Formats: sequence, C-alpha cells, structure tokens
Amino acid sequence: MNTGELLIALALALPLFAAAATYAVGRMPDVRETLTLVSAIGLTIITLSMAVRTGAGDAPQLVMARPLQGLELAFRLEPLGALFALMASVLWGINSMFSIGYMRGKREPNQTRFYVCFCFAIFGVMGIAMAANLFTLFVFYEVLTFSTYPLVAHKGDEPARRAGRIYLAILVGASVTLLLPGIIAVQAIAGSTDFVEGGLLQGKVNLDVGGILLALLVFGAAKAALMPVHSWLPTAMVAPAPVSALLHAVAVVKAGVFTIMKISAFTFGPNLIGHMPVAQWLLWLAAATIVISSLVAMRKDDLKARLAWSTIGQLAYVTSAALLPAAAGFAAGGLHLLAHAVAKITLFMCAGAIYVATGATRVSQMRGLGRRMPVVFFCFLVGALSIVGMPPFAGMWSKFLLITASFGSEEWITATAMIVSSMLSLFYLAPIAIRGLLPPASDAAPVEFVRPGGAPGLTVAPLVITAIASVALFFFADEVIAFLVPVAGAAP
Amino acid sequence: MITFEAFYAAPPALTAHAPALLVVGPLIGACVAALSPNSRWAWMISVGSTIFAVWMALCLAGEVARQGVVNYYMGGFAPPLGIAFRIDALGVMMALLVSSVSAAAALYSGHALDAEVRSSKHTLFQAGFLLCVAGLLGLVSTGDAFNAFVFLEVSSIGTYALIAAGERRDRRALPAAFNYLIMGTIGATFYVIGVGFLYAATGTLNMADIAARVVTLGDSRMVQAGFAFIVVGLGLKAAMFPLHGWLPGAYAHAPSLMNIFLSATATKAALYLMVRFLFGVFEPGSDFAYHFMAWVLGPLAGAAAVICSIQAAFEKEFRRVLAFSSVAQVGYILLGLSIGTTAAASAGFLHLLAHALMKATLFMAVGGVALHFRGRTLDDFAGAGRDAPWTMAAFATGAASLIGIPLTAGFLSKWRLIEASLAAGQIWMVVVIAISSLLALAYAGRMLEAIFFRTAAPGAERAKEAPLGVLVPLWILAGFCVWFGIDASLPESIAIAGAQALMGGRP
Repeated sequence: MNTGELLIALALALPLFAAAATYAVGRMPDVRETLTLVSAIGLTIITLSMAVRTGAGDAPQLVMARPLQGLELAFRLEPLGALFALMASVLWGINSMFSIGYMRGKREPNQTRFYVCFCFAIFGVMGIAMAANLFTLFVFYEVLTFSTYPLVAHKGDEPARRAGRIYLAILVGASVTLLLPGIIAVQAIAGSTDFVEGGLLQGKVNLDVGGILLALLVFGAAKAALMPVHSWLPTAMVAPAPVSALLHAVAVVKAGVFTIMKISAFTFGPNLIGHMPVAQWLLWLAAATIVISSLVAMRKDDLKARLAWSTIGQLAYVTSAALLPAAAGFAAGGLHLLAHAVAKITLFMCAGAIYVATGATRVSQMRGLGRRMPVVFFCFLVGALSIVGMPPFAGMWSKFLLITASFGSEEWITATAMIVSSMLSLFYLAPIAIRGLLPPASDAAPVEFVRPGGAPGLTVAPLVITAIASVALFFFADEVIAFLVPVAGAAP
Repeated sequence: MITFEAFYAAPPALTAHAPALLVVGPLIGACVAALSPNSRWAWMISVGSTIFAVWMALCLAGEVARQGVVNYYMGGFAPPLGIAFRIDALGVMMALLVSSVSAAAALYSGHALDAEVRSSKHTLFQAGFLLCVAGLLGLVSTGDAFNAFVFLEVSSIGTYALIAAGERRDRRALPAAFNYLIMGTIGATFYVIGVGFLYAATGTLNMADIAARVVTLGDSRMVQAGFAFIVVGLGLKAAMFPLHGWLPGAYAHAPSLMNIFLSATATKAALYLMVRFLFGVFEPGSDFAYHFMAWVLGPLAGAAAVICSIQAAFEKEFRRVLAFSSVAQVGYILLGLSIGTTAAASAGFLHLLAHALMKATLFMAVGGVALHFRGRTLDDFAGAGRDAPWTMAAFATGAASLIGIPLTAGFLSKWRLIEASLAAGQIWMVVVIAISSLLALAYAGRMLEAIFFRTAAPGAERAKEAPLGVLVPLWILAGFCVWFGIDASLPESIAIAGAQALMGGRP
C-alpha cells in the first residue's frame, strides 16, 4: 500500500474509528468531545496532504472492493474533490467547537448519538469527495443521507420526526427513483461509471438520451436543492444549529452540487454539456431557483428559514456554474462552493449563538440585540456581505467570475438572475446585522439573555474564525482557482 | 463455482453418496429427535443434523464445481425404475441456502423454544423441524417431478405442525396453521394434477425426460393445462401474489424459529421448483411460456412488489409487516425471472439469496427480543433501541438491506435487477422497483423510527437484550448482510452459476 492509498484509507477509517470511539466513551462528555476535536484535526492533516499531492499532480487512488462484476468501490482524488474534502474536514473541526458550546449551552439530550452521527456524516462526505466513479459516489451519498436523518430528527418530538420523514422521503425518493436508475443507465451505456477526464459519455450517447440522463442525474441529486426538489432544506431547519451549520450549509448541500459538478465535468464532459438543449433548460431552471428563493427568503421572519432559502439560491449558482457551456464558469463554481460554505456556516453559527443566549429565532426579535452581542452581529455582517458579494470578502470573487462567465457564454438570463439575487440578498441579509447593531426602537427593549452571560465562548470563537476566513479567502482566491484549473480545463 | 473447491473436504465414500446423505441425515435426525429423552438432547440432534446437512451441501458444491451436474440413482437403480437425484449449480445454491439457514435456526432454537413452545412438545418440535429440512433438501435435489411432490408434502406437513406450535404464545397460530394447511393442500393437489397431465402426455415423471418429450409434442393443450395447474399449485406454496393470503398469518403467529426458517427457505424452495418447470421442463422458446412470463408472471410480480409493500406500510404488527414485505420481495425475484434472460435470472437469484439472509436476520432479531417480551406492535417496540441496543442494531442492519441502502446485500441485488430490466428495455420494471424501494423505506422506516426515535410509554413493558446464544448467530447473519454488500462476488458467482445451469447456455 503506497502513501496515496494509505491516505485514502485513513481518510475513510478515521471518521469510522471516531464514531466507534465516541460511542464507547459516550458516558464521559469531556473525553468524547476531545476525541471529536482530535479526529477533526487528524482528518484535516490527512486531507491537507492529499490536497497537496493532488496539486502536485500525484493524485492518490485506491480500489477498495469489487462488489459485483464490473463494479468497483474505488477512490481517486482530483482537485475539486480534494478541495471539498479539505473544506469539510476543516469546517468539521471548527463546527465541533461550536457544537460543544451549543449542545452544552442548551443541555441537549442524546449528545453521544449526535456526535456519532456527525462522524458517520463526515465518513460519507469523505467517500463522496474521493469517489472514482458514480457507483462509489452513490454509495456514500446514501450514507450521508441516512447518517444525517437522526441529526435532523434529533429533538425526537413529533414535528422533528415529521421533518425527518420529509427529509428522508425527498432525498431518498429522488436518489432512488432518479439518480440510481440514471447511474445504472450510464453503466449500461458506457460499461462503467468511472469519472473520466473530458467525459465518460462523450461520443457514446446522442443528445436525446444524454438529455434524459442529465435530467435524471441532476434532479436525482436532490441534495443540491434545485427547484422543485428543494423543499427538504427549509424543513430540515428543525435540526439543532450545529447541524444546520455544518450539514445544511456545508456538507450535505455541497455534496449535492459537488455531485452535479462531477457529473457535468467527468460523466458528460464540457463538450457534451455545451451542446445539450436539456442543459440549457436546466440553466434556466437554476436561474429561476436563484430569483425565486431570494424572493421567498425576503419574506421569512424565522432566521434559520431565511438562511435556508438563501442557501437554495446560492446552491443554484454552483449548479449553473456546472452547466455553463464555458469551462471558465466551472472553476468559479468551485470557488463559490468554498466561499459560500465559509460564509453560510458563519451565519448559521451566529443564529445558533443568538438562540443559545436569548432563545430568539425570529428576525423581528433581534433589533438592538447587537448592542449586547456585538461580536456575533459583526461576524454576521461579515458573512452576509460575503454572500452578497461585497469586497473584501471571498464571495465577491466567485460571484464576479460567475457573472463574467455567464456573460462570456451569452447566458443573459443566468447573468441577470445572479445580479438580481445579489441585490436581493443585500436586502434580506445585511439589515439583520445592521438593525441589530443600531439602537433598539424606543418602544421595545431587546430580548433578554435566557442564559446568564450570553453566548458561551465556545459558540462565539468558531464564528469569529470563519468570519476571518471569509476575509482571508478574498486574498487567496487566485490560488484556489489555480488549484482547480486542471478540472475546469480553462482559467476564468 | 470455483470458490467451493476450497470447501471440498470429505472422504470420497461420503462424497459419492452426498445427495442421499443430504436428505437422509436430517430424516434420521428427525426420528432420533422424536425418540430423544429431553429437549436438550433433541436440540443437540437438531443442531448436529443440520450442520451435517451443511457439510454435505458443501461436498455437493465441490462435486458440482468439478462435474457440472451430479446424477445419483438411489440404490443404484437407473431412472425409469429407481429414484433419481439430479443436482446442478442451482440445486446446490438452494441446498446451501436451506441447510445453512436451518443450521442458524437450529442454533437459535435452543433459547427460543423454551419461551415459545410447551416444554412437553420440544422433542416433537425438533423432529418436525428436521422433517421439514429433509423435505426441502430433497425437493431441491430431486430430478423427478413426483418425488418433488412427496418432498414438498413432507416439508409442508412438518410446517403445519410447527406453525400450530406457536399457540402457547399466540392462540391465533391455530387458525393460521389451519388456513395454511387448507391452502397448502390445495396447492399440492394442483401440483399433482399438473404432474398427472404431464405424465399422461409424456409417459414419464423424470423432469429431464419430460422436457425432452414436451418439445416434440408441439402445441399440446394437455401440456398447457398441466403447466397451468403446476404454476398455480406452486404459486400457492410460494405465496406468489395474489395467492399469498395464508402467509401473513402463518408468519406472524408461528414460533420465531419458524419465521426465520419459513421466510428464508420454504417459499423459496417452492419458487425454485416453479422455476425448474418454467425454464427447465417447458419449452422456454415457445409462445405459451413467453406469453405467460411477459403477461402474467411479470405484471403479477410487479403488483406484488407494490401492493404488498403498501399493505406492509399500513400494518401495525412487526411480524405482519415483515411477512407482507416477504411477499413483495418474492415479487422482485419473480420480476427478475420473468425477463427470461440469464443475466436477469442471476439477478433474481442474487436477490433470493440476499432476501433470505436479511429476512432471517430481521426475524431472528424480533424473535430474540420477543423471548422475554410480549410486545408485538410498533407501539410496543417504542424505545426498544435503548433497551436492547445490540439486537436492534442487527435489526437495523437487516432493515437497511431490505430497503436497499448501499453497503448492504440488498442494494447490490437491486442494482443487478435494475440493470437487467434496463438491458431488457423493461423501463416499467425499473419504475416498479424504485417505487417499491420507497415503500420499503416507508415501512422499514416506521419500525426503525419506533425503535430508535420514540421513547417507551411510561409503565409499558420494556424490551430486553437477546441472550448471547441468540446474539451470536444473529450477528453472523447481520455480518453477512454487510459483507455481501461490500463484496458480493461469492453470492453472485453462485447465482450466476445457478442461472447458467437453469438456462442451459441461453443468453
């Protein structure tokens, strides 16, 4: 087993080991939570060295098993996957700190199950990020779905269980009825489901069959929340804030758009995507998703619901990037995947910190609250402006490049939708922070702290880190793009 | 089949008579168990005979791997006069399945009988169980249509008695057993009538000879009538939709040992015999057989997969949910077979093996908890995941396989089924399998939700962890569910060999 194979095996084994060990020491909260943090640090080191190797052109690969003739459970890193794995493991560590603060602050039950399921979810993400073919990707896609169900239904009361059922029904429903038949059809047509540079199906399908396949695969990956398979995401907001932060801003939803990007780049290839009428229709649908979700977000008073709807729109940006005929958009999509993850996790952690400190969940309750929690609201502002696409925050570059690429390939509708939604996001996100930092209205005092001392330090520190990261990424966007160029085929 | 050369370790004299010993072993065991002094002895005899049967099945597997087909004449008398056993790769697959599941069930019965069956009946119960095993093993190894009937009845009579033995825990076992007795007898009678027609038309009872002569008869009404009787008769035994009415009651109220054994083997054995007739005896290329498979078998199988899954989703009792799910899963297997290609048949057989494995796991987990717990319904099982974590984790593994979650055996077999339907251009089957998988998610999800996400009502009886003697076989089965989900090359090679033996080199 060479170093690359070892790294892949470790990246899969470590979260599983962490899950088992967490379960074993479940009765000792301090040990349990230290274990999670140590695992996250270890995984970060592993994914970092994988990313370095991938960047140097020495991508690790490993064939784990051959379940049936012609099927391989195989892994092979490429830059986009390495970036996704690295992002997920770094944010897992940061979010674990937040989880500890949040779960202890709220005195939540079933904390061991919570941490164990998190480990399994990260296991799924690692598998998705490193998958060498669609079969493997599907296997871990489902691992991620089922491991996050207990997290969504964490509260265990009837509304939470109902939300869990909807979550499973939509995600599994789409993946079993659309994604799985689509993948098996790819296998039947091409004889394998491997991710091939330039596109596996290139020259093997006509535009009609290819179009049907593309639609099956894109809608099947319901984690990407492209309308009309988006409604699971707002429903999943019953989950505790750390779950929304890591899974429904980073891991799960990004696994969806990551799947679509992989399918676009390696299953169909830019050449085929550029000529398919269905890709054009899907682009229009993504544009509609971008605008509609922003409009809905404006009307939501519940903070987490508003953030969820905003996520739906931002995911559609990445989906658009994957489907744009110009390869230039692709790397920008990868950058947006990263920039949005860092910004949105900040926002969700802010929402969680506010909830732990005051119990407030509605935007209308938060006026003047920033006076009491200045750090949290200031970081919220940073995250919000990054989502909007303001300098000097990471989101600015990805949006800029995406809109340029849309104009470049004459997709006026996509470009317009992105511009309009940026405006709208300025209206639905920034005022939350600004009004929070302004003095409260004279007639009503801001909500009181329900927890003495406000938000625990462990909930505030992580969101400060990610807010700083949002700024730092602004200056390193070029490196990320350069890293992704081998996948995209062309620099923007 | 190369895999089995490794297991091929027995004295040549024993191997030469393995086909007979496979059946005779449990048969003698049954007699001895009936005469044994107490339940402990009967249990040990039961375990010993079933393990012996596993050994013989492995010997046969080695022989079949070397020779292709094993022909054995009882007492050395050749077919027209004597009794012929004919075992090919498909027969070996079934023999391995039946013997190994019966061994697991026998191991499990050491604990289960004490809780479920009157102690005065234990020796007779074990005798009946071994009789049942002997009948099924004979059924899968015989080459004679009438002997198949005899073996089918041997196993069925054992089954009726064993289901009725569940009366100590649940009085409803008695009407369920009676119901099954009536239906099973009708099925057996139909089968015999069908065989009679064939005998009248061809003058022989040997399946290979019938097959050779049926071809020369052309479009014979008598053969077609025989075909219809046989399919309906065996369909009743195999709980083929819509002839499955007897099954939920029989599964739900029988002792848990019988749940495991029946769901994993009994209906499968009847299915095996039907498949033998469909592909081995009747001319497969004929219009009649083709139309039957395309317009009767396929649609009925699809209806089973959907309708019975819906029924399962509305059931309240655990075992009834699992029973309806069994009918639906038999639908999957028949869907694969109705396509009529070798690849599809092997997909069907792979699902047959996977389903036997996961249903045995599920019933053993439910049975293991029920040893000290009278709960039956979803509400009774609320919070069981906390009280019996190991047993319920094994249950969850089996349920995951039932739904078809990746990294379990059920996923790979469904993958193959969908692949085969796509290759045959049967898009509707893909849709049926997808819908039925979602329904499986619904009914299995309800059970898992009750077990893991609900808390027991205050004052309700709490579930208890199964004893170690149950946990070990249970986790061996659950482990196979996972192992065959990561590397299914072993069951697949068996299924492919079985399908090739059945189809005789047709595509």
